[in-house]
Amino acid sequence: MNNLFVYCEVEDGVVADVSLELLTKGRNLANELKCQLEAVVIGSSLDQIEDQISPFGADLIYLFDDPRLAPYTTAPHASILIKLFQQEQPQIVLLGATPIGRDLGPRVSSALHSGLTADCTSLEIGDHEDKKANKADKDLLYQIRPAFGGNIIAWIINPDCRPQMATVREGVMRKQALDAKYKAIVHRPIIADYVSETDFAVQIIERHLEKRKLNIKGASIVVSGGYGVGSKENFKLLYDLADVLGAEVGASRAAVDAGYVDHERQIGQTGITVRPKLYIACGISGQVQHRAGMEESAQVIAINTDPEAPINALADYVITGDLAEVIPKMIRYYKENTK
Amino acid sequence: MKKGFRIIVLAKQVPDTRNVGKDAMKADGTVNRAALPAIFNPEDLNALELALRIKDNNPGTTVTLLTMGPGRAAEIVREGLYRGADDGVLLTDRAFAGSDTLATSYALAQTIKVMGEFDLIVSGRQAIDGDTAQVGPQVAEKLKINQITYVEEVLQVDPDFLVVRRRLDNGVETVKAPLPLLLTVNSSAPNCRSRNAKLLMRYKQARTVTERQEAAEDYLYLYDSRPFLNILEITASEIFATPDLLGLSGSPTKVKRIENVVLQAKDAVRLNTNDEGIHDLMKELIESHVIG
Repeated sequence: MNNLFVYCEVEDGVVADVSLELLTKGRNLANELKCQLEAVVIGSSLDQIEDQISPFGADLIYLFDDPRLAPYTTAPHASILIKLFQQEQPQIVLLGATPIGRDLGPRVSSALHSGLTADCTSLEIGDHEDKKANKADKDLLYQIRPAFGGNIIAWIINPDCRPQMATVREGVMRKQALDAKYKAIVHRPIIADYVSETDFAVQIIERHLEKRKLNIKGASIVVSGGYGVGSKENFKLLYDLADVLGAEVGASRAAVDAGYVDHERQIGQTGITVRPKLYIACGISGQVQHRAGMEESAQVIAINTDPEAPINALADYVITGDLAEVIPKMIRYYKENTK
Repeated sequence: MKKGFRIIVLAKQVPDTRNVGKDAMKADGTVNRAALPAIFNPEDLNALELALRIKDNNPGTTVTLLTMGPGRAAEIVREGLYRGADDGVLLTDRAFAGSDTLATSYALAQTIKVMGEFDLIVSGRQAIDGDTAQVGPQVAEKLKINQITYVEEVLQVDPDFLVVRRRLDNGVETVKAPLPLLLTVNSSAPNCRSRNAKLLMRYKQARTVTERQEAAEDYLYLYDSRPFLNILEITASEIFATPDLLGLSGSPTKVKRIENVVLQAKDAVRLNTNDEGIHDLMKELIESHVIG
């Protein structure tokens, strides 16, 4: 009872990276809380799936394995979680901020009347004192995320309702197995106790999943552009530089919203989180949501016409000037020095 | 056979966080809301368009816009009317202040129950002031109906079910779901049609009861002779809500604290655009094996 649960997503027999990242984080939080880490897997053909999860330190795995439970639809997965959480009373539930987690999390939180914080960039355990109500809570989950409008970080808590629920995007937490020999206990509950026929009213007729073409998360160099790039055409400069350096091109949300680049390249709180060796920020002002997705880059070059841009505070090199002038020079001198 | 569908579109007035200027932040690090224009949440416009297309193709269908917010959010209802909605509701009350997504969903679901039978609820996937994408699914759960999120297009409309295409990060899904149903709509769905000039003329004076009290006397006769100019205003006392579940007390999430981000500037190397500096930078990065 009162343990920490991670909802694990599975596609084609493989546990999603974001779920393994949450198990890694969950193990640390569970240690701090001195509670168990428990995983929930709902799907079909889940033979030996526990072997992928146990090494991350899960103490207990709930396996709901039934042909009707994959591909994912909302109602059966929600029914299972709602009933399981009513029985087990977890104190914390973590889900990936994926299309599945973002579909399922709010549905479950609504049924349980529990708080859910989306797109957390950090999770910590801490206390809270409410002097007005003369009430003190120990060991709450701090759900930390950039908030509305920019340069604010909010610490969200759920003092009165359980479970405390949070979603986290892929790549935000680090993935690290604890012990290859760690063995979880596996529970296989009876499916019919959790779902009813009416849960299967929604049918998936057709599905086309594409392998992700881009690998910005894994790139060792990222050339990233913001609103200051000015146009879709000007982004070509960034692609040119990326080509030469063997880098991927990323973007801030402002550049995506302005239509300069596709959403799949967005870096930041509601996009991808990257930790490259080198991050070249071009015409990016450096809103906190963007920084959340790149601040662990080993080195940062900021190119901006504004010498006071907030991104400069993160930068190892600040180049004040026009991209159209700077980038061709970078390409030229790179080529000269690598000849 | 029934004639048409009753569709409710959930829409939110949001500060335009996409066009944040320099004056959007006050010196103390808080948000200067006055400097941000209030707009119709972009994906809620995609949702409205999706509803209007169903109306175009299915005679007898009505589209009702529902928004929750302060009095000025009546603007969202008018915007919906200008683009083709049949009518609209403003849900407004001080009791809703401080609502998180759950308390918001509860208030919206209670209101929808008061509004009577419906076939379809459509909203944007998420609002740009929080990006949580929670209210749609939470409303669906409170009404005990199915939800389909990330919808891009309605492929088939049948009296008893819809077939829709979902656009996910990594592909597409075609899904068939029975009515009643709640859909949340992506920005990849068709953009909303523009305001219609005739509708703009027709609904320009549409007002809520509170707005009418502030209006010039000269116009008041209009609202008796043209009932379509009355925007229905609903308050907390009219939705059979449990007071504890509204506003701040109905919100499980609390903000413990907020912190302005003060960046400790690194000791950065500062360069301008002269050739020497950029040449040395590239050389240094190559020599330290960061690039190359």
